[in-house]
Amino acid sequence: MPRKMIQDSVRLALLTAMLLLSRTEAASAQDNFILDVNCPRGFQLVTGNRCELRTLYQFYRSTQNRGVGGTHSNLPMHRDGFSPQQIDLGRYLFFDPLLSGEQDFSCASCHHPDKGFTDGKAHSVGANGKLSKRSAPTLWNSAFLSSFFWDARAKNLEQQAFGPLYSPDEMNNTPSKLLSSLRSNASYQRLFSDAFDTSDNISSDESLTIDNLVIALAAFQTSLISLNSRYDEYAHGNHQAMSDDEIAGLNVFRSFVARCSECHTPPLFTNNQIAVIGVPEDDGDEFDVGAEQTFGLAKLKGGFKVPSLRNIAETAPYMHSGNFQTLREATEFYNKGRGHAVPKGMHLTIHWHISEPDLRDHELDLIVTFMKTLSDEKFKPQVPIRVPSGLTPIDKKQDNRKIDKGDSNEIQ
Amino acid sequence: MKFNSLLVAGLVVTVGAVAQYWGDLSSTSAIAAPANNQHKELYNIDSHRSSQASEKAEGPAGAANKVEVTVNDGESIQDAVKAAKPGTTIRIMPGTYSETVYIDKDNIRLIGVIEQGRRATLDGLGKLNDAILYSGNNVVVENLSITRYKGNGIMGQAGNNFEIRNNIIVDTGVYGIFPQLGVNGVVEYNVVSGIEDAAIYIGMSDNIHVAHNDVFDSVAGIEIENSRHAIVENNNVHNNTGGVLAFVTPGLPIKTTYDVIIRNNFISGNNHDNFGAAGSIVAGIPAGTGILVMAADQVIIENNIISDNKTAGILIVDHSSAANVTDDPESEPNPDKVSVLDNIMLNNGYQTITTIQGLMALESKQIEPDVVHLSKGIGSCIANRGRYKTVGVAEFADCDFNNTDHVVSYLLDEPVQARKIAPSERGQIAYLGVCSGCHSYNGRLIGPSIQTIQALYFENPEGLAAYISKPTKKRDDYPEMPSQAYLGEETLQAVAEYLLSREK
Repeated sequence: MPRKMIQDSVRLALLTAMLLLSRTEAASAQDNFILDVNCPRGFQLVTGNRCELRTLYQFYRSTQNRGVGGTHSNLPMHRDGFSPQQIDLGRYLFFDPLLSGEQDFSCASCHHPDKGFTDGKAHSVGANGKLSKRSAPTLWNSAFLSSFFWDARAKNLEQQAFGPLYSPDEMNNTPSKLLSSLRSNASYQRLFSDAFDTSDNISSDESLTIDNLVIALAAFQTSLISLNSRYDEYAHGNHQAMSDDEIAGLNVFRSFVARCSECHTPPLFTNNQIAVIGVPEDDGDEFDVGAEQTFGLAKLKGGFKVPSLRNIAETAPYMHSGNFQTLREATEFYNKGRGHAVPKGMHLTIHWHISEPDLRDHELDLIVTFMKTLSDEKFKPQVPIRVPSGLTPIDKKQDNRKIDKGDSNEIQ
Repeated sequence: MKFNSLLVAGLVVTVGAVAQYWGDLSSTSAIAAPANNQHKELYNIDSHRSSQASEKAEGPAGAANKVEVTVNDGESIQDAVKAAKPGTTIRIMPGTYSETVYIDKDNIRLIGVIEQGRRATLDGLGKLNDAILYSGNNVVVENLSITRYKGNGIMGQAGNNFEIRNNIIVDTGVYGIFPQLGVNGVVEYNVVSGIEDAAIYIGMSDNIHVAHNDVFDSVAGIEIENSRHAIVENNNVHNNTGGVLAFVTPGLPIKTTYDVIIRNNFISGNNHDNFGAAGSIVAGIPAGTGILVMAADQVIIENNIISDNKTAGILIVDHSSAANVTDDPESEPNPDKVSVLDNIMLNNGYQTITTIQGLMALESKQIEPDVVHLSKGIGSCIANRGRYKTVGVAEFADCDFNNTDHVVSYLLDEPVQARKIAPSERGQIAYLGVCSGCHSYNGRLIGPSIQTIQALYFENPEGLAAYISKPTKKRDDYPEMPSQAYLGEETLQAVAEYLLSREK
């Protein structure tokens, strides 16, 4: 073997070894993609190659184990136990435009990590410039939700994934096209096999399935944990973590005049229920019946899932219709009178906690001030520099967004 | 004046009653065996309940606190709460305090000092929202007078082991006393009036005792909602729109109400005009309802004196009869296994509502009803039905038990304890839940790497724990670390040990 080649291969081997040690998506000799063998931050690797979530809320109990309460209550039941490889494969898939029908945008286009895992728009832009009916919800803390979509029509994240993947207004793909584009990609063949093959024999077609695709996406999404805000520090006992105004805001928030916490209940700041609150649509949009359609119950007409308020300051605009630009506007909605925005002649069974609180301007400001303490993005995942399809991560056409390249420091 | 007369009434009730209550407990320590199997099945819902009368003179919050501080008129109760460590009793001298007091720590007791009938009064001046908000466990609120708040008098958010006792709460807006999402608590000897929703509202809670309260001039007197293992006894409930309510409200995250005993109460003349807020569920209660059971299961109504309630003495309904409730596929709408035992009923239903008149017409009855049932619920019973004027109870069996004497209390024998977590696990949880937000094993995040820290504190977890508790600025190019002292000494030591042992 010529000396030059030997040098090269040694160099390559060294490089590979270094990269293996330091966990990254970059180069291996074959096709450059290696799945992480470590769990994301906040997770413990346990027997069976499973990542289990650890949070300080596990120190507490909650009534009937429902995960609703006060400062010292445990969280609702959550999804975890995926392998590090499944989570990391999910990360590549999440940012890879290969998943859309025209291969021009990814999940992250509407759920961008730099925009609170939403897109800053009232209505997301889908395939061929079509606008989605509802505003993109955040994905932070999806692990704790018991239903998905604004109208609660999906029971789990796997079921949920089919919605945007196949909707002509969103990613506009089809099961066969999606599967064939993944299977024609050698990297994905191998990565699916790494993440899902439990046996030693390599039969990648068996592991590269749509079912496993949505499992990987679910695995990645359930790793998006935000439970380390200044509010959390306060709740765990550091009463210096919030300012006097922020605490005053918390007290208005949970007071029985404002009643915010009756539905946006700590520690997740949602009670995972449906509520009809009578939010108007964007001008000219048809009235959205929401959960009435999901459950076939007239009293749920105009009902939507109570969203978590964690990272709410990062996810404007607000409500299912995205029609409130600021937190202040969204808060003010509740002070404008029960049913004030219900279309004339329409009957809605407005939630009993939507009252006439008559809060003063200063109190509305305090509520907003408090909600900003619920921000925490310390566990924001890295956007891959490259994805297996070779396409530009997130969105090649309209990506005017900042992509966090990360720095050379690897995160354990 | 209404307020002065209340003060007097409250004191009379209090002085005799406290001694009597604990006396009762110790004198009924002999427990009668359940009469038969059905009886047993009805009560032994789960192992939580405690039917053993306790000899100790301790409430659900456990033994008294050792540290005491005093707040004088003109000072702030909240300042005392802020300064207090868990385990402090805050004595509040007579005077007027206009503030919202919030308690987000455990083992705090607010005890009003009563001197010559003068109390510590929290006055919301019609401007403040709630008088007392607590989320800590083992909180006691006692002997206060609370008035003119817009929200609630005393509101609990998930505090367990609470005691709310001997308070006078007048005209405070939505709820007088509202412990929500708590386990093991007592609400007793309070005088509550002039409340636009429920005077005493137990929401989504377990193992609750509501006793010896005087509750009047409110929309709802005492409401047990989406709660289990509750006893409502020896209360005087009068001149409300509805007296005592046992509800399943749909659309809440906890879905059931069962195992509720309503006994030995005076429930009379609850004919007050309904002044509930538009859209509230109580706004749909017909004035003149003594006891209202909506969708709640295993409710036993025993030995009450129920009189002069113009719509009905006892009304048992499903969700379809209720105004302003939502639909919830996870919520079972029917009241099942309701037991109406012997009660004294007098002069109820003398001016009943159209719906009930319609029901009576179906049964060709012209009566002033004591007991009205309208639902598809199953398994209910009524004892000695001949003594009541009834509508809709043909399907009810004859009850095969006649009292609940063997159930003294559903309070727990011991306070609900914090979860027991081994130090090693505690360290791991704190490391992954908190530290890993700013520190990675081998690289720089917001703070230095774990490897750097390991080099500095090799075999010195105590030193590391001390630093984490009180950090000082060490590196010019890093932000200063905030103190993590709130984690507590045990967890700090555990996390220091865990961090130093990490190998990746």
